[in-house]
Amino acid sequence: MSAKTMSRLSITKTPKVYIGGAFVRSESARTYKVSDAGGAFFANMPQCTRKDLRNAVEAAAKAGPGWAKRTPYNRAQILYRLAEMIEARSAELVASLVQFGARQADASKGMTVCVDRLIHYAGWADKYEQLIGSVNPVASAHFNFTVTEPMGVVGVIAPDTPPLLGLISMIAPVIACGNTVVALASEKVPYPAILLGEMLATSDLPGGVVNLLTGFRKELIPTFATHAHIRAVYAAAGDEDRRTLRLGAASSVKRVRFAAADTRWFDDSAQGLGVIRDFVELKTTWHPIGS
Amino acid sequence: MPKSKDTREARGRLIFGNLWEFDPAPETADPKLKPRYDLFIGGKFVRPKTEKYFDSINPGNERKLSEIALAGPADVDAAYRAASAAFKGWSALPGGERGKYLFRIARLLQDRAREFAVAETMDGGKPIKESRDFDVPMAAAHFFYHAGWADKLEYVAPGRTVKPLGVVGQVIPWNFPLLMLAWKLAPALAMGNCLVLKPAETTSITALKLAEILQDAGLPDGVVNFVTGAGETGAAVMGHPAAAKVAFTGSTEVGKAIMRQLAGTDRKMTMELGGKAANIVFDDAPIDQAVEGIVNGIFFNQGHVCCAGSRLLVQESVAERIVSKLKTRIRMLRVGDPLDKNTDLGAINSKAQLNTIKRLVASGVREGATMYQPPCVLPQRGFYFPPTLFTNVTQSHKVAREEIFGPVLSILTFRTVDEAIEKANNTPYGLSAGVWTDKGSRILRMSTELKAGVVWANTFNRFDPSSPFGGYKESGFGREGGRQGLLDYASIQ
Repeated sequence: MSAKTMSRLSITKTPKVYIGGAFVRSESARTYKVSDAGGAFFANMPQCTRKDLRNAVEAAAKAGPGWAKRTPYNRAQILYRLAEMIEARSAELVASLVQFGARQADASKGMTVCVDRLIHYAGWADKYEQLIGSVNPVASAHFNFTVTEPMGVVGVIAPDTPPLLGLISMIAPVIACGNTVVALASEKVPYPAILLGEMLATSDLPGGVVNLLTGFRKELIPTFATHAHIRAVYAAAGDEDRRTLRLGAASSVKRVRFAAADTRWFDDSAQGLGVIRDFVELKTTWHPIGS
Repeated sequence: MPKSKDTREARGRLIFGNLWEFDPAPETADPKLKPRYDLFIGGKFVRPKTEKYFDSINPGNERKLSEIALAGPADVDAAYRAASAAFKGWSALPGGERGKYLFRIARLLQDRAREFAVAETMDGGKPIKESRDFDVPMAAAHFFYHAGWADKLEYVAPGRTVKPLGVVGQVIPWNFPLLMLAWKLAPALAMGNCLVLKPAETTSITALKLAEILQDAGLPDGVVNFVTGAGETGAAVMGHPAAAKVAFTGSTEVGKAIMRQLAGTDRKMTMELGGKAANIVFDDAPIDQAVEGIVNGIFFNQGHVCCAGSRLLVQESVAERIVSKLKTRIRMLRVGDPLDKNTDLGAINSKAQLNTIKRLVASGVREGATMYQPPCVLPQRGFYFPPTLFTNVTQSHKVAREEIFGPVLSILTFRTVDEAIEKANNTPYGLSAGVWTDKGSRILRMSTELKAGVVWANTFNRFDPSSPFGGYKESGFGREGGRQGLLDYASIQ
């Protein structure tokens, strides 16, 4: 941060990643330098390691059963609360996006879409079940029904553009249906994710439900692929990363969904039931009907 | 030491053993087999470009039944070309018309049900009572159910439009040859896709007989194509660049290999893989009904069932009683000629599978579990294995962890509900589970906690076209059956 124009030397923030409800540096103490759009030094970001990723998975796994057992109504309210937290600090988020090269108009528009997208998925939390699940008319004396269940820990790998809207659009549907998340923020523009962590911490989302890492995709994607406790991955990724993720996924039959390269993140078409459907398991129960 | 009530019960029970042999009661309907089956491509039976054929034998007596064409890469390619050519017309048909073809197929299969049942039993080794009462009628039911969806696709995904994907490549296993084929064909066709399917190499005959029905039904040429062969042919079907989607049912090992094979592509996939299902019996369960359910859970189709209840978890307080009743019950199971209407356990599907079962059973004995097999005389020829129980099994034993795919049951015990849940979920698989209890609330608690795609309460191995089937974890992804299964063959726009 340039101090040239300031009359007093400002207090700069040390960026920390949000894991298990706490703000931490990488266990390795490694950082990487991030500059703003003008090329000036901005901050040293945590360069998270595979070990940090494993720690985050552990935190997500621990938070999982509790989050999955929350009532859908409660999950809806917590997502709504998160939107409230973001709306209140949207000026700061817009400024951070502009600082890293977004046009003012795009950043402002993106911010409103972020909030609206959270509201959209907050509303889904207690509705998708009736659309994805079913009661099945089997030809025997059984009450047969199919319900959804969260998959567990889901890895999210966010796009570089738009860094914040992409991240939020990918996390929201995954947690709305009861999964917990370990997300890797945009490598190029990680700072908005650091701010998002602060908002997650002040929303009512329990610690560990969303864990945000910053660092290098090249270092972390192979572990996202192979970590057996990550049950699904939702990634904005190019051909090479897709291949790595799919290869790793095979060893534990992990579910993989990719955000299409041409996703129009600002558009309503980037949201809906389809993403939720990809991050739930379907369970069918045959319950006897007494005589 | 006072004898337990069950030992007294057992003593008073009438077990005649081999005192009087049953008269043979063979099913005699003509399976109408051809001496040689070609590939079914573009609506016609065509000779394979490899010019090679392999024998299909009857595992019940090891006699040759027929010769099956071996499809090479050029044949698979021809099948994909035929399917691609047919796609435009088939997908453009009004849904109602597509549905009528499926209704026709269901009816024509019902017409020839007995013939198909005999063919299925001779080719695969399953008891005639199962192919006759389960496989064939259920296959027809799948066509009938999905037929009705074809003109109602706008209701499948609320708020969205669904479209067929294109050409789908499918590979199916040998345990339910015709039924798995129906599970694959019916939803894919209802949605408007065209297909290239490979049956398992030991059980290709009923697929090729169904091809005759497809011809009789007037199904447009190329909409469905069957290529036969072993693993290499399967890899060619899964890897063909013209496939918009692949659907595989088989072992977890092969499923993973396919996922790796296709890692560099954006191919849609459905995987229905292995299982090691827990069948959990609580002390308040109706015991006799549970014993029947345990027997059905593991000995149905000689245990060649991916969702077989191969890990029995019994509450400690009733364990002795249940094991004793089980031993008595399996002494009554008749192992032998699959075509005999009295047979309970038919033939193991192949020599290779018989060897796998023997190897895993030997590991159970070696690792210290206690084996029980009832006295029974197995036929001289053919591949047979007696019903087998293992007690004193621990969770680390191979017989408690690996899918055996044979008539082998591992019995473990538990004390509390939580312990039952913990043990049931302690597996990389998650296809199915069974719960036996008198309490409705406990059924729902267990169903909520069990990490499995299908949970049967006070029943086991039940299927229905309207009931989605498929796994959690390493048992695969995607569903077959119901609205959910249909959606796996759609592109949602």
